[in-house]
Amino acid sequence: MERFAELLDRLVLTPARNGKLRLLTDYFATVPDPDRGYGLAALTGGLDFPAVKPAMLRTLTTERVDPVLFAYSYDYVGDLAETVSLIWPADGGTEAPALSHVVERLSHASRSDAPAVMAKLLDQLSPSGRFAAIKLATGGLRVGVSARLTKQALAEFGGVEIQEIEELWHGLTAPYSDLFAWLEGKGPKPENAAQAPFRPVMLAHPAAEADFSALDPEAYAAEWKWDGIRVQAVAEGGIRRLYSRTGDDISGAFPDLVEAMDFDAALDGELLVGDPRSTTGTFSDLQQRLNRKTVSRAMLADYPVFMRCYDLLLLGERDVRALPYAERRPQLAAFLAELPDDRFDLSPEIAFTSWQELDDKRCHPPHPVIEGVMLKRRDSPYLPGRPKGPWFKWKRDPFTVDAVLMYAQRGHGKRSSFYSDYTFGVWSGPAEDPVLVPVGKAYFGFTDEELRQIDKYVRDNTVERFGPVRAVRADLGHGLVLEIAFEGLNRSTRHKSGIAMRFPRISRLRWDKPAHEADRIETLEAMLPAG
Amino acid sequence: MMQPRDLLRSRPEGLYCPPGDFFIDPVRPVARALVTHGHADHARAGHGSVLATRETLDIMALRYGEDFAGATQEAALGETVSIDGVRVTFHPAGHVLGSAQIAVEAGGTRIVASGDYKRSTDPTCAAFEPVPCDVFITEATFALPVFIHSNAEEEIGHLLTSVRRFPERTHIVGAYALGKAQRVIALLRKAGYSETVFIHGALVKLCAYYEGVGVSLGPLQPATVEEDGAAPPAGAIVVAPPAATDDRWSRRFADPLSCFASGWMRIRQRARQRGVELPLIISDHADWGELTDTIREMGAAEVWVTHGREEALVRWCELNGIAAKPLHIAGYEDEAE
Repeated sequence: MERFAELLDRLVLTPARNGKLRLLTDYFATVPDPDRGYGLAALTGGLDFPAVKPAMLRTLTTERVDPVLFAYSYDYVGDLAETVSLIWPADGGTEAPALSHVVERLSHASRSDAPAVMAKLLDQLSPSGRFAAIKLATGGLRVGVSARLTKQALAEFGGVEIQEIEELWHGLTAPYSDLFAWLEGKGPKPENAAQAPFRPVMLAHPAAEADFSALDPEAYAAEWKWDGIRVQAVAEGGIRRLYSRTGDDISGAFPDLVEAMDFDAALDGELLVGDPRSTTGTFSDLQQRLNRKTVSRAMLADYPVFMRCYDLLLLGERDVRALPYAERRPQLAAFLAELPDDRFDLSPEIAFTSWQELDDKRCHPPHPVIEGVMLKRRDSPYLPGRPKGPWFKWKRDPFTVDAVLMYAQRGHGKRSSFYSDYTFGVWSGPAEDPVLVPVGKAYFGFTDEELRQIDKYVRDNTVERFGPVRAVRADLGHGLVLEIAFEGLNRSTRHKSGIAMRFPRISRLRWDKPAHEADRIETLEAMLPAG
Repeated sequence: MMQPRDLLRSRPEGLYCPPGDFFIDPVRPVARALVTHGHADHARAGHGSVLATRETLDIMALRYGEDFAGATQEAALGETVSIDGVRVTFHPAGHVLGSAQIAVEAGGTRIVASGDYKRSTDPTCAAFEPVPCDVFITEATFALPVFIHSNAEEEIGHLLTSVRRFPERTHIVGAYALGKAQRVIALLRKAGYSETVFIHGALVKLCAYYEGVGVSLGPLQPATVEEDGAAPPAGAIVVAPPAATDDRWSRRFADPLSCFASGWMRIRQRARQRGVELPLIISDHADWGELTDTIREMGAAEVWVTHGREEALVRWCELNGIAAKPLHIAGYEDEAE
């Protein structure tokens, strides 16, 4: 366990990607089975211990430590796992359990005995080991390493291509001994044991990186970029799975769509809410359905999902990924014609003859749930990853508004102790005596240096404190104007302003702009979709 | 018996003794100052007269010039002097070379102002000495139960392991110029490291002073000199004030690996925010265990808590049936070390 804890500690503090890869390959090379396999599972999000919840850890700790001292400490440290690991009143035993034993004990814990199992583990580990055990048990290591980077390290460790690992991945289980044996040249390549496996998706580069003057419009097809989530629907030999674009199996949350997957094929498309024959819901409608373990009957009725299909990967037994787009597309259209039209439709192509014409259409999309256009070279095969050249995404420009900073909240994690979450408002009420009404919250879009500047501004201009939140002076003659970029607006009954912003972030600090020149609420109201 | 607040109370300038008409560690120039130790936020220039230990007076002279005060008087440890009827005694605090607690006594009441202190061993200064008192004034820099300082020798072991593992990289150790830097170097020597240690210009005079009073630091060289060939080789250890480690200054060295010797390094995100790759949890302040053990050991009827996380230590005192209150004195850098 201590070796895994050390790996996490070092990953957190190693900024360079190559440094992280070196730490990971070192770990795979020096830690024996089965521990390295469980380490791999933890880093790729493959372990789930539903019996352990952050609230339980908090309870366990405050049974042992004064809750007030715990609260002061948590407020200061800004991370629950780290606070608990440091404040836990034990020195750690001499016999720290191995990672595989920790995993075993956690996976056998029921909801009722999980607190005792966890407490015993924490007693036996050092502060660093406790931190690792908590991160492991509650999921989400957040050590700046994605599942993909971990797989990249595996590929480098074994001298194979990352796509080989991604294709195999869903048929493998922790502790991955057969995978390591293959990567070390001691065993055969594992068979792809998963039925209806995930195929790595093809991703696009931003159009900003394209040199349009050098691109021939006739060589590209264009279609709308819909604002849902990218999914892959695979049905093979009676097994049906719906995957997210990173290969997570999300079938359980969408039984309505899975039920309609009565075919043998693999489709790439956008998951959306509504009925493709009449309505396409917004992203906030779709959010009602995301990240749910179970779905109520009412939810299924009120927010039905469907798939707007972009591409065809597999048709029956035939892998069509090597065919050019121009040949896949008609096969996709023909295939979809046979599917239930309340659950599947074809993402329409956009006719255009010049980039200027396409840009005009991009700026005036026919539907509010469109966030831009996709360009696909007609002769391109379906390639895993993000190859340069065949696909481009050309997003609608974001909306912007000038708002005034009203409240700042202390951040967590990397930003703990900095005021890094900002609530901002626009002017409302009579023109001669306006008041600020909050319209959103943003916590990124600025550099570390700008964060320090805003943090100082917040501290120097605090007018009131509410726990971790400070009210910042903001009136007609004094205030910090933030240019906020966002992807769209929705009506909201939960916000006083009646407006909810989608994906707001700070695009510029307007130190130069007087607070009274910030925008008014009417500017935002004019951007609301009709209805 | 004199009421404690008639003997010492906080004023904007600092902790004030009305019957003796003096301040302890004033943050603004005053007529008569008693100074616990040489860190800049406690020892300021421009007072009419300063009473402090020989080492603290020397360090102030090194930092501010010989004329840092109108007059100076040396306080010998353990010897009592009388100031307008107030009996004043300096006792070692274990924080840095020359650091002292100041016991103030009048009308049958004794208050100990401990300044900054620690209880773990430090080869560069005298150890903290508990003094019985009615009121104990304690610092609270690391007064949260999450602050548990590691054993300093083990932390130096991590540094030496890293130097062996990354022989191509220059290890730049951020350490406060007075006290921490010399302690890190002395600990390296104790661990058997005999290579030349390269030091930032801001450390040169202080290291020489430590050597002069008998703290052996081994071979030292300035890290930055103009002539060719004198630059630290790859794999060297360079000690510099914390601000210099993430500054342009550090980029002249071979693939610098940023280290920081501080109690704050206990919190991962503090290390991350500063871009520290190798945190060394070495502190010259008491950690939570030392603070609470010391308060118990002193057995004072009342505890006053200052600079740092006062609320947590006051809470602990309440839970343990010890009368305590925060003493708000502005001007100390509670996050600097």
